[in-house]
Amino acid sequence: MPVVQVEGVRKSFGAVEVLKGIDLTVERGEVIAIIGRSGSGKSTLLRCINGLEGIQAGSIEVSGHKLDASGRGLRELRKDVGIVFQSYNLFPHLRVGENIMLAPRVVLGVGKAEARQRAEEALAEVGLAERFEAWPDNLSGGQQQRVAIARSLAMKPKVMLFDEVTSALDPELTGEVLATMERLAEHGMTMLLVTHEMAFARRVATQTIFMHQGKVWEVGPSERLFGAPQTPELRQFLGTGLK
Amino acid sequence: MIRTFSESEFLFIVASARWTLLLTLLSLLLGGLLGFIVALARTSQLAPLRMLAAGWIGMIQGIPVLMLLFLSYYGLSMGGVDMPPIVAASVSMAIYASAYLGEIWRGSIQSVAWQQWEASAALAMSRAQQYRYVILPQAVRIAVAPTVGFIVQLVKNTSIVSIIGVVELARAGNLVNNATFAPFKVFGTVAATYFIICWPISLLARRLEGRLNARRSG
Amino acid sequence: MNGFQFQFSPVFARSDVLLEGLWLTLQLSAIGISLGALLGILLAMLRGLAPRALRWPVDAYVELVRNTPFLVQLLIIFFGLPSIGVKLTAEQAAIGAIVLNLGAYSTEIVRAGIESVHKSQIEAGLSLAMTRWQVFRHVVIAPALARVWPSLSSQFVLMMLSTSVCSFISVQELSGTAANVESDTFRSFEVYITVTAIYLALALVMRGLLAMLGAVLFPKGSGLGRLRTQSGR
Ligand SMILES: Nc1ncnc2c1ncn2[C@@H]1O[C@H](COP(=O)(O)OP(=O)(O)OP(=O)(O)O)[C@@H](O)[C@H]1O
Ligand SMILES: [Mg+2]
Repeated sequence: MPVVQVEGVRKSFGAVEVLKGIDLTVERGEVIAIIGRSGSGKSTLLRCINGLEGIQAGSIEVSGHKLDASGRGLRELRKDVGIVFQSYNLFPHLRVGENIMLAPRVVLGVGKAEARQRAEEALAEVGLAERFEAWPDNLSGGQQQRVAIARSLAMKPKVMLFDEVTSALDPELTGEVLATMERLAEHGMTMLLVTHEMAFARRVATQTIFMHQGKVWEVGPSERLFGAPQTPELRQFLGTGLK
Repeated sequence: MIRTFSESEFLFIVASARWTLLLTLLSLLLGGLLGFIVALARTSQLAPLRMLAAGWIGMIQGIPVLMLLFLSYYGLSMGGVDMPPIVAASVSMAIYASAYLGEIWRGSIQSVAWQQWEASAALAMSRAQQYRYVILPQAVRIAVAPTVGFIVQLVKNTSIVSIIGVVELARAGNLVNNATFAPFKVFGTVAATYFIICWPISLLARRLEGRLNARRSG
Repeated sequence: MNGFQFQFSPVFARSDVLLEGLWLTLQLSAIGISLGALLGILLAMLRGLAPRALRWPVDAYVELVRNTPFLVQLLIIFFGLPSIGVKLTAEQAAIGAIVLNLGAYSTEIVRAGIESVHKSQIEAGLSLAMTRWQVFRHVVIAPALARVWPSLSSQFVLMMLSTSVCSFISVQELSGTAANVESDTFRSFEVYITVTAIYLALALVMRGLLAMLGAVLFPKGSGLGRLRTQSGR
């Protein structure tokens, strides 16, 4: 059974249709990169999969939780879907460890000891085990982003969504975050990531999706997609480089 | 018979400040509770609740505190029960405070970055959990300074309840003035007592505000 | 419950009395608020221009007024001044207290506005060969007032509502006449509901008028805006 199953999803903001019938399947352990021009609907798609945006038509199913236009089952679905944004959005009033322990404790109801263990594991996974007691404000952007990843991991999600998580970072800090994500992929995490880092997508993603004008324009194994693009739009997109 | 303004009159006035303080405390507790509900309603996802809260705030802020006092006083006594004036006084001050605190706290809640709502929603928190663990703890820090500042307004406005016979500071001043005809000494004492209560609170509010601003820009 | 029945007709029968009170409320508010605001703006300017050592009297006045109740200020003026030989009517005492009170609040509000004007704008003005006074008037005061107009407006509305306190010294403004009608008709609750509604309407109208006045005095994209962008370069 696929972890994420998206079928015929349509999404409009007012009169503007941003997603025009998206179909997408993510199998367990797959890493899928989404690339495309600014405004093609990449972020909107991720936000829909997490239920942060409602959809007008179609359905989204994540590990058995079905989300449709009615918006029911939202919280159950979110427990299984982690999402990390471009801006890290850590809770500034809580220390790093507390940031990570909060949701497992209040949402999943796990005990304090277990929450702490989960937080320590997640922090170790992103290479920040020693920053448990730090305040978010005292961390670099790259470290904050890794804490944000750990915060999602501690929920033990079935799939992780990443939306341009390195775009707000200085170039010298993107490396550590990308390395963290690559390690997650090696450890078998199912991932769906929007990125402008083409080399990273090509190397790490099993599949790559090219989105164009609210549609899945081209999809295939990363090596083939980058190596032999089929559509003129993708050729042009790759030819002109990023954006 | 005209008495002179002596130590006993002075002490009578100063001691009556305990009613001013009690009234402030009562209306702060009751009005704070009510104001918290108003602020939650004002930031609710339900449009009717938001409108109701906005209407409440707009209405109470458009009515003299004196009228709130009379309406509470006569409204409560309409049930035929003999209420001590302090009850009507507290109720009216609480209603007054609920609108202003509700508005202050609405602003504090809304000045928490919207991404905090999003990040906590993405972690599957319910609306109540978002408020409890993420939004309110941050809003409280923003709210402290203006809330403390409002307490000064509350203390001063309690002077109005003297008209329904609560012998707080202002009323005590009136009584003594009627007996001594030494208005400057009497009301000077009254004013000084209010000042001694209010000024430190004002200074505290200003300091808290300064600290918050320093933290924001720092 | 003792079966209370609302009876508004005895109250409405005395509407002429209430209207007279309303008229006095309007007069007190109009005169008191205009003078009070003027006093505040003048003091804030004085404070802004005066050397640091001369600021304290203004600051002391502001702090004293802002940390004592309007009612007590009113009583001091009404009972205090006659005791030292200054004869004045209740209405005059009321206006005096309103001006004194609002003057302090406006000073504080306008002062904050003045301090929010950026130094670079003042320097830009001076570099354009404007005199100190010209800079103060055009570059500092006007933008400062535009910026604090919403706060000033709320303060004006609050002051209008506070004129009700003048009934304590038997000024026959709206709430003063309400007390008269109450003792004539014994319909206390109805009287105060009626008068409350009048105050509320007054506050709403006043908010609207002040917003319109602000739009006229400080139009968006006017010379004020241009001055600001010019000096922002
Ligand atoms: N909340 C919103 N309200 C209205 N329009 C929106 C909203 N969010 C996104 N859009 C519009 O939807 C379209 C797709 O936006 P989206 O953010 O999904 O693009 P993207 O592919 O992620 O682009 P980028 O690479 O710039 O992040 C854009 O035209 C955008 O303006
Ligand atoms: Mg995007």
